[in-house]
Amino acid sequence: MTAAAAPAASPASTGEQPGVRLARSRRNAELSLLLLAMVLVAAYAATVEANVLDTVTPDFWIPAAALGLVFLGLHLVIRWLAPFADPALLPAVALLNGIGVGFLRRYDLAKAAPEQRESLAIFAGTGGRQLAWTLGAVILAAALLAIMRDHRSLSRYAYTLGLAGIVLVMIPAVLPGRFSEINGAKLWIRLGGFSIQPGEFAKLALLAFFAYYLVRKREVLSLASRRVLGVDFPRGRDLGPVLVVWLISLLVLVFEKDLGTSLLYFGMFVVTLYIATERVSWLLIGLILFFGGAYLAYVLGSTVGGPFANFYDRAQIWLDPFAEPYDRGYQLVQGLLTLGTGGLFGAGPGGGQPTLLPEVQTDFIFAGIGEEIGLFGLSALLVVYLLIVERGLRAALAVRDSFGKLLAGGLAFTLGLQVFVIVGGISKLIPLTGQTTPFLSAGGSSLMANWLLIAVLLRVSDGARRPVTGGGGPAARPSGGPPEQLHGAPTEVIRP
Amino acid sequence: MNAPLRRVGVVVMILFGLLFANLNWIQAYKADEYRNSDYNGRVQVAEYERKRGNIEVGGTAVALSKETSGKLKFQRSYPGGAMYAHVLGYKPVNLGDTGIERLENDFLAGTSDQLIANRIKDMFTGDQTGGGNVLLTLSKRAQETAYKQLNDNQVGARRGAAIAIDPRTGAVQALVSMPSFDPNPLASHDTNEATAEYNKLDKDKDRPLANRALAETLPPGSTFKIVVAAAALENGVTQQTEIPAGSSYTPPTSGQPIRNAAPSICPEAQVTLREAVTDSCNTGFAQLGVRLGADKIKEKARQFGFEQDDLSVGESGEKGGLPVAASRTGEMTAPGGGTDPAALAQSSIGQRDVRMTPLQGALIAATVANGGSQMRPYLVKQLLGPDRTTVYDAAKPRELRQPVSGQVAGDLRDMMVNVVKEGTGRKAAIEGYTVGGKTGTAQSGPNTPDHGWFIGFALDKNGTPVSAVCVELEQAGSGGSAEAARIGGRIMAAAIAEGR
Repeated sequence: MTAAAAPAASPASTGEQPGVRLARSRRNAELSLLLLAMVLVAAYAATVEANVLDTVTPDFWIPAAALGLVFLGLHLVIRWLAPFADPALLPAVALLNGIGVGFLRRYDLAKAAPEQRESLAIFAGTGGRQLAWTLGAVILAAALLAIMRDHRSLSRYAYTLGLAGIVLVMIPAVLPGRFSEINGAKLWIRLGGFSIQPGEFAKLALLAFFAYYLVRKREVLSLASRRVLGVDFPRGRDLGPVLVVWLISLLVLVFEKDLGTSLLYFGMFVVTLYIATERVSWLLIGLILFFGGAYLAYVLGSTVGGPFANFYDRAQIWLDPFAEPYDRGYQLVQGLLTLGTGGLFGAGPGGGQPTLLPEVQTDFIFAGIGEEIGLFGLSALLVVYLLIVERGLRAALAVRDSFGKLLAGGLAFTLGLQVFVIVGGISKLIPLTGQTTPFLSAGGSSLMANWLLIAVLLRVSDGARRPVTGGGGPAARPSGGPPEQLHGAPTEVIRP
Repeated sequence: MNAPLRRVGVVVMILFGLLFANLNWIQAYKADEYRNSDYNGRVQVAEYERKRGNIEVGGTAVALSKETSGKLKFQRSYPGGAMYAHVLGYKPVNLGDTGIERLENDFLAGTSDQLIANRIKDMFTGDQTGGGNVLLTLSKRAQETAYKQLNDNQVGARRGAAIAIDPRTGAVQALVSMPSFDPNPLASHDTNEATAEYNKLDKDKDRPLANRALAETLPPGSTFKIVVAAAALENGVTQQTEIPAGSSYTPPTSGQPIRNAAPSICPEAQVTLREAVTDSCNTGFAQLGVRLGADKIKEKARQFGFEQDDLSVGESGEKGGLPVAASRTGEMTAPGGGTDPAALAQSSIGQRDVRMTPLQGALIAATVANGGSQMRPYLVKQLLGPDRTTVYDAAKPRELRQPVSGQVAGDLRDMMVNVVKEGTGRKAAIEGYTVGGKTGTAQSGPNTPDHGWFIGFALDKNGTPVSAVCVELEQAGSGGSAEAARIGGRIMAAAIAEGR
């Protein structure tokens, strides 16, 4: 926070008076909210069984209890390693994760033959697998909390993470289609019966790099500028890295045939850039570049075809899905019909027909859930997502170092943007692209990456809310590393 | 950095606000449209939640629903396979329904207004009462005979149709279109399989999906002479009136001579009307038609049911049903309205632009047998409630029209009986019954075999009509009309045997 760059950002607004207001750890509030979330998950499971099986089996509570134990473990780890972390994050994510597992089990029940439904094993099927993935993801998150005692230590590996991120993004594009392509999008690494989506992890790595790079460069990027039409535009040479990221995201768009991921990376980058520089011009440049690029891809898709054809197709489906309701528009049409069938109140958990909707366990899970819990239920889920994002942004506001601000702000925004891209996609707000719905969709990669994201947010919020005078606080640590130097160093700016 | 972070927070709020607004649009404003959309499989799943009622013929279910373990709870099946296909139609998952399945869909599905009491009862008991049952007028034996005889015809015809009706009521006793199809694959819950099967049938050049008995017309040939004879009888001609005949007749304005099917047929200059009908004398009827004029023939044909394009065969009332194509006489006049003896002569022997459905042929025979009263044809005998005791709709036979007087009908009946007794329709005779009829051979084209026709009726010892039939063998070639007469006789005999 430099007074020279932004006089308005006084220390008072930076620290949010942390030492006075946030001294309480609120871990007990977290525990009771977590219990409430698990009670909701158990009630959901009971309703599903009542609707699908016409009876509630004595075992209905087992998945909820298993999840509860896993999350309780994480809660204990947080108590021990990040006692001042935001108390709302874990329960909110646990609720989403629990509903996801519950819905996937409900989907397994729908797929099973009626006479086998009652004896369907709790840990079998997509639901059981998701439960196992949750355990893995939560262990990973706990491990990250244990290893990364201070989020600033992440900046030491920034370049490594940046390189790893780019490599992870590129692998599926470089791999031959049979190792990387599922449903037309090359987003995967497939080995045998096992597939991972490296892009999910890449977004974390890339964001850590962006945050580090931008903290280093923010003065130059924000101040060295040329005024055109009343807007400050950056110098040409400073545009370099931005253009590189823009090109990478367009390459993703073209070679991995995935608009969503491309939008996600680019939006993530532009927004961290904006947060770092406080320059609206970056947002304008970013938006113009992205929409210009997307429009160009659309035009090229309609005239040249080739690698752009997929994007053109998707845009066509988006414009009128009912033009080919049994062909190209089938998924989107069925998604819309599923949501519409749900109406205001939904058919009740277990009362819908998820088997009629293709990809209901992954891309379209939000629509599948929406059929059963209706507009009111989906609105509640959106509020839970919004809560997570805003709590993440709040941690960013409260944390004292620039790297932490960018990291937490960028991650929180990325999560929100991903929800927007997939939920907007299945509800025909924007062209549909294959993205997972965080914490709901079946799949280990997405779950692990997003739990890691939450672990970072927990760690940053812990740093933000930890009392400054507490002695052991991160600000007082001698081994702060480069970010701390940046944070404390006076900035010299020379306008050309 | 905090100011932009706050603004990012606002941006996320706006993005989520957009999602929320859009969900409102889809789940509230468009909800009903999407819920009831044709593309929404749930509409069908709901339809398959209730056991669909049976369609029955003589106490045997020919369409029924069996419970399955799939997401659609009941599988429709047709134990009779291809035999009843053109009557029942089919109830597919993803395609349009047809036939009785379509006509009585609401009653079979249990959603008709008549069954509302059952649904209200279900609301309280929590049970799911099945749909209602539809009982058909078909005679099981007549239908089986018609299907087998038509498909095993001895002249190798690949296309054709047969229909039998009860002249007194109009109840359809048999209805077969050849080639037929098995409706079971079309009702498959595997919609890809059903679609593939449908496309295969749809592309078949013999068009098995077409209902030839009701919805296809062909030149009727000499069977049309009954209509011309009726017009003549009403205009001063009697059975014994001598009419000009001869081995060849050339209409005044055309060089094309009209000949008889064989040189042995009416080579005399004059024959009686009775002889002309018995031997199917073309030259006699051509000249008779020219003498009567186009208006009288067309009017008589119209009175028999030609040109009616809104007839359907389903319930006895006007509710609608399987669509019936209009039979046509075509123009028998020169362009501008002047007389055209050539057109008139050819039309009088059922050629040129005269086109008739097999149903129309059967109706003509039935009218003659029933003393001049034409009954409205129908297929649904009764709608039976899910409990199998409550009768909702029992058929009430209704007269459709009265084409000829009782006396003219009596004369036509005598002459048609003579056709079977000593004329071209001898193969239709049934032991112990009085059978009347008229054969027809119609040219189908310059280089294709002729169509064979037979229309006829059977009377019991008391002179009460018991069955009327029309058999048509498309491009059957030589001997087609005699084979049609034989099949017609067998169908009527089967209907009589079952009715006894």
